[in-house]
Amino acid sequence: MTLVIVLIAVAAVLLVSGGVVVGTRSRRRAPALPRTGAPRPGAPRPPTSPPTSPPVMAATEPETSSTPETQTARPVLRDRLGRARGLLAGYFDQVRGRGGIDEATFEELEEALILADVGVSTTTRVLGDLRDKLRDGALSVTDPPALLQALQDDLASMFEGDVESLAYADGDGPTVWLFVGVNGVGKTTTIGKLALRETRAGRGVVLAAGDTFRAAAGEQLESWAERAGARIVRGSDGADPSSVIFDAVQHAASRGAGLVLADTAGRLHTKVNLMDELRKVRRVAERPPGQLTEVLLVLDATTGQNGVVQARQFTEAVGVTGIVLTKLDGTAKGGVVLAIRSELGLPIKLVGVGEGPADLVVFDPVEFVSALFG
Amino acid sequence: MFDTLTDRFDAIFTRLRGRGRLGDAEVAEVLREIRVALLEADVNLAVVRDLIEAIRVRCTGAELAKHLTPAQQVIKVVNEELTATLGGEALKISYASKPPTVVLLAGLQGSGKTTASAKLARWFRQQGRHPYLIGADLQRPAAVEQLRVLGAEIGVGVFSEPTDPVSVARGGLAEAQRLGRDVVIVDTAGRLAIDRELMDEVRRVSQALRPNYTFFVVDAMTGQDAVQTAEAFHQALQLDGIILTKVDGDARGGAALSVKQVVGRPIAFLSTGERIADFETFHPDRLASRILGMGDVLSLIEKAEREYDEEVTGQALERLQTGTFTLDDFLDQLRQLKKMGPLTGLLSLMPGVPREVRDAKVDDRDVGKIEAIICSMTPLERTDPTVLDGSRRLRIAHGSGTSTTEVNNLLRQFKEMKKMMRGIGPMAKLVGGGRPGNPSKSSKGSRKKVKGGRVTPSSRGLGPTR
Repeated sequence: MTLVIVLIAVAAVLLVSGGVVVGTRSRRRAPALPRTGAPRPGAPRPPTSPPTSPPVMAATEPETSSTPETQTARPVLRDRLGRARGLLAGYFDQVRGRGGIDEATFEELEEALILADVGVSTTTRVLGDLRDKLRDGALSVTDPPALLQALQDDLASMFEGDVESLAYADGDGPTVWLFVGVNGVGKTTTIGKLALRETRAGRGVVLAAGDTFRAAAGEQLESWAERAGARIVRGSDGADPSSVIFDAVQHAASRGAGLVLADTAGRLHTKVNLMDELRKVRRVAERPPGQLTEVLLVLDATTGQNGVVQARQFTEAVGVTGIVLTKLDGTAKGGVVLAIRSELGLPIKLVGVGEGPADLVVFDPVEFVSALFG
Repeated sequence: MFDTLTDRFDAIFTRLRGRGRLGDAEVAEVLREIRVALLEADVNLAVVRDLIEAIRVRCTGAELAKHLTPAQQVIKVVNEELTATLGGEALKISYASKPPTVVLLAGLQGSGKTTASAKLARWFRQQGRHPYLIGADLQRPAAVEQLRVLGAEIGVGVFSEPTDPVSVARGGLAEAQRLGRDVVIVDTAGRLAIDRELMDEVRRVSQALRPNYTFFVVDAMTGQDAVQTAEAFHQALQLDGIILTKVDGDARGGAALSVKQVVGRPIAFLSTGERIADFETFHPDRLASRILGMGDVLSLIEKAEREYDEEVTGQALERLQTGTFTLDDFLDQLRQLKKMGPLTGLLSLMPGVPREVRDAKVDDRDVGKIEAIICSMTPLERTDPTVLDGSRRLRIAHGSGTSTTEVNNLLRQFKEMKKMMRGIGPMAKLVGGGRPGNPSKSSKGSRKKVKGGRVTPSSRGLGPTR
């Protein structure tokens, strides 16, 4: 045994110290810092936009209402996202300004998409397809703006066939929507905003304060419940979240409330025990009379490529049915949802674009993609 | 957190080690892979570009040593570049001469400011200070309540009132002074960097308090946007350091690199779990090799640099690669190795060494035995061990005070090692093949796979543990 070790040691040290000979060159560090050149125009916004302008209000109106509302929802998203122009817009302007389409065009597109958190593999695939289409003649464009448009169409088409609306149960029992995600993505806030939207649409809403772990999570949800005029079922701190959700469903059923929004504690998808807990929560939430129709993964738009891992793990554990992308009103582009969509096929259902109760809008692929392009 | 990035590099380097010299094409390929690895780890594109450029310049430089494997060159270069990027010393808190020392936390929504405030308060208390918390997040419902609960849990007072953040900050500071607290931690509301109004507000809070330390709290899972956000906060508040949160996940932690690069201030603390105690100071100097998965190879390199004779090493390495490594070379190396200290210590510094080997007790006297055996051989026998028949082996055993079994073992293992080295290229799997022994920190996550224990095919070839 000792012999083996000595041999390994000799060989390894030889190798390692061999590396020393290479690296003894002194060097200075390039001082270059990344900078974001373009200014970020951003209109100041009231911290919590109270029920403000009509179009914003309309955005929160449930889809049960007539078409004009859904149409007004779109400008809101674009308007909100538009404020975060800047870095990426510069890239695309550069692309647009080119005389023709060449390798540099594709490189710039690649960088722009990567900066939007789309991820290397999805970016490579999407741009590869585009290149192929150009070569095959399936796409005949010669000027960069047309190429950009083709790319936007390609990206938007990734979401084709998705149902963005949230499903309600068709039976008697209350519909249950379960919200899951890692810490700090905005689950409780999303539930609060949705509660407001749904109560305004005339539904009886019960909030289940399933986050019994984080300090004051229940209080946070309660203040939303007050605002929305929804009922809330809370357990004691540290109580079993499944039991809280069970109680909430029972409560909803007995009061004839149609919808239960079930909050859960944020958890990192790497924590086996917590993911197991979540599995149990899901099993309980499915029990009649409740009908679980949506398991929504709340995802922070600032999340990078780890978002794909999150989506995969949560989907494996509790069968995620859709994504709520929050905090899209910042500089983050949320491009990771493209990677998630292409890898896991999960639709995006809602987008959070601000702190106000009205700032939760229906996802629109075209709007989203064009925002991605600055 | 850094494991996946580590794995990625590991795969690249393992492949590299199997190669001969690097031509321009290979360098380009390696750089591409490193670029992808860094980008997938969410390191900002601009930061990646700088890094890659710096690595390229050094890898294609004319002055590279002639007799080195690509792996060695690239590892060393990448490591140095990463270290330079992460650079600097761990942040040392120096307390205000006129207490209280004021610490302001700022960041995006949901990055973990409130939790970090409480954790930081606990940390200060452990340092023998008397912290006080100010809840200036009047934005998020129940944020102050959350801070109060956490404060009660760790026995630290919390000040807040439903007015506005600036007066809460002022009032809290006055209250802290009245109570004689020497550290004040201010939790602020999460805000977007482009939200002028809220950025203005936090700037006013900062002006009112004149904090000694302003920390930017950032989620380890953050993507490319980390740079823009950090930059905006830095402009507004003049950050002194970074608190990296949710480090216990499996994010590759590229945001840490980016933010560090942009802000140019050290990562001060890591928030590593849900319990209040899961909080630790960060040592930037330890991170690069962790990202690279190199064990503490740096110390090893330093040691080697001090002790090893470059010339001899280079020659031996070349002979090892060409298969002309003799027992004499082995003896030379063994003696150099002995200068570096006890073997067990060395092994623990080495990446890729299977755990059973690393954890094994090595008796340094056994090294003496090996030395004795080789010394009992004639020069011919050392260069050409095939001449060793039974009677020669017996003579050697007698001469070195060992048994023929031991002599046989040495010869067989030596032969195997040589064969392997030649067969799979320069040391390929030996150093890189095993999973890097991740330093203790990475075993924090509740679900970490045991990595070090895996014996790779190549190490099995060398070390039949019996």
